[in-house]
Amino acid sequence: MNLEFFINTLSLGSLYALLALGLVLVYGILKLVNFAYGEYIMIAGYGLYLSATVLHAPWWATMLLGVLAAVLTSYLTELAAFRPVRSKSPMALIVTSFAVSIFLQNVVLIMVSPRARAVQLPALFSQTITIGGATTPVRNLLVIGTTVIVLVLMSFLMKKTVLGMAMRAAADKFTTTRLMGVPANLVISAAFIISGFLAGISSIFWIGRSASVDPLTGSAPLLIAFIATVMGGMHSPTGAVVGGFVYGLLFNVLSITLPASMISYRDAFMFVIVVLFLLFRPEGIIRGGYTEERVG
Amino acid sequence: MPMLTVENLFASYGAVRALHGVSLEVNEGELVALLGVNGAGKSTTLKSIMGVLRPVKGTVTFLGQEITNRKPEVIVKRGVSLVPEGRDIFGTLTVEENLRLGAFSSYQRDRYKADLKEMFELFPILEERFTQAGGLLSGGEQQMLAIARALMAHPKLLMLDEPSLGLSPTMTDQIFTLIKGLRERGSTILLVEQNAERALEVVDRAYLLANGAVEFAGTTEELKRKVDIANVYFGGEDADSCEVSL
Repeated sequence: MNLEFFINTLSLGSLYALLALGLVLVYGILKLVNFAYGEYIMIAGYGLYLSATVLHAPWWATMLLGVLAAVLTSYLTELAAFRPVRSKSPMALIVTSFAVSIFLQNVVLIMVSPRARAVQLPALFSQTITIGGATTPVRNLLVIGTTVIVLVLMSFLMKKTVLGMAMRAAADKFTTTRLMGVPANLVISAAFIISGFLAGISSIFWIGRSASVDPLTGSAPLLIAFIATVMGGMHSPTGAVVGGFVYGLLFNVLSITLPASMISYRDAFMFVIVVLFLLFRPEGIIRGGYTEERVG
Repeated sequence: MPMLTVENLFASYGAVRALHGVSLEVNEGELVALLGVNGAGKSTTLKSIMGVLRPVKGTVTFLGQEITNRKPEVIVKRGVSLVPEGRDIFGTLTVEENLRLGAFSSYQRDRYKADLKEMFELFPILEERFTQAGGLLSGGEQQMLAIARALMAHPKLLMLDEPSLGLSPTMTDQIFTLIKGLRERGSTILLVEQNAERALEVVDRAYLLANGAVEFAGTTEELKRKVDIANVYFGGEDADSCEVSL
């Protein structure tokens, strides 16, 4: 196999896996597809932009502040918007997530600008490197490395800590988890905070590709995360990660096999694949895991 | 003063009223049964005590403090544990993780080790299956795990919801022997059972629920004497309407 293709696929898959993981964590516990998730990514982008232009922070601090912005936004939207409607119908939660999404888009539209802003990332991000005859942006290697670290940390958190156990239990049987004395708010807040963290981390690499951010930046990564979870399976974090990598692979395969005249229809082909998944394997590649019990 | 006092409890699922003024008491050290046919309101009573279901009216007092409308996680901390109907083991978590979560509300490292040892003595099978996923256990083993998980919280009051449901006769025997053993160790237990005959063999007192209200309350002897249990539970003409002739 071509090494360049391999690195490209791995890096794209890594980014998509991070995106999907953040979405599925909240889904696992609240059974909510959080359509405001893309906005956490967008807010992280503005965090990068503002900390660089207003605070003149060094690059590592802008990244820290960008991720922090996403974590805070995620947590605050849980407190202010999702918590009050949690015990209502699933529809109420979904509509709330749309409302949060539109609200956040309009906040930056009014407070910053409707137009795209350039985000400065370290030069290293856009430099290229040649390994074994394959030329690739350093960014691609960074995202692979970051994803490996994040997945190891996540796996440690979920498997080895009591909070992780409680979150897995809550995704399985929410009420019974509360019967163990685990506070409902603790696991839900933790899910939103981790989801925001993953949105922030992936935002650095998402924004890194275009080096700009605008109020609608979040819609594309949200869609990717959603599709990846549909393909991989919404019922476990493993499914989300697998879905992310499968998405990356399919996307790159389409990119090199489609004739040049068809390349702009790449997304259409992706959607066809998703429809096929929904028809023939609606539970995704990885089955099982979470049940459908909702938070009461 | 009783350990648990339930006064005039009303509860409903949406528009369907499930409890119509249930009152009951459990004293420290007692093993009390809540009996009745399907839909009589037994599980609903436990859920309302536990805060899983918000009662519409009435009060629940535990150790002199009102716990009505408290969250389940708060009530567990106060010392009430519920072994839910259908066991509700975390199937994707290991036996070890199930037990660790049981100790969530009152975890102390040293005590935890000792507690695990105690559970292994009570339920040797759990030591054998320690690293297996809870979902791989048999029904009876899951029931043992569910009880052990609840005991890990050191409850002052243990509530068991239909522990014998769906178990083989041998396993049912084991569970009832265990309940008796727990009572002898000094646990206070509120037991919900459909199998009234078996329950009356082990309990001190019992409440008979029918249509969401207490139909009769008394000691085991009184209950056995005054109520024709067989008639109510095993195919009597009045089984559905639950009209008990006193």
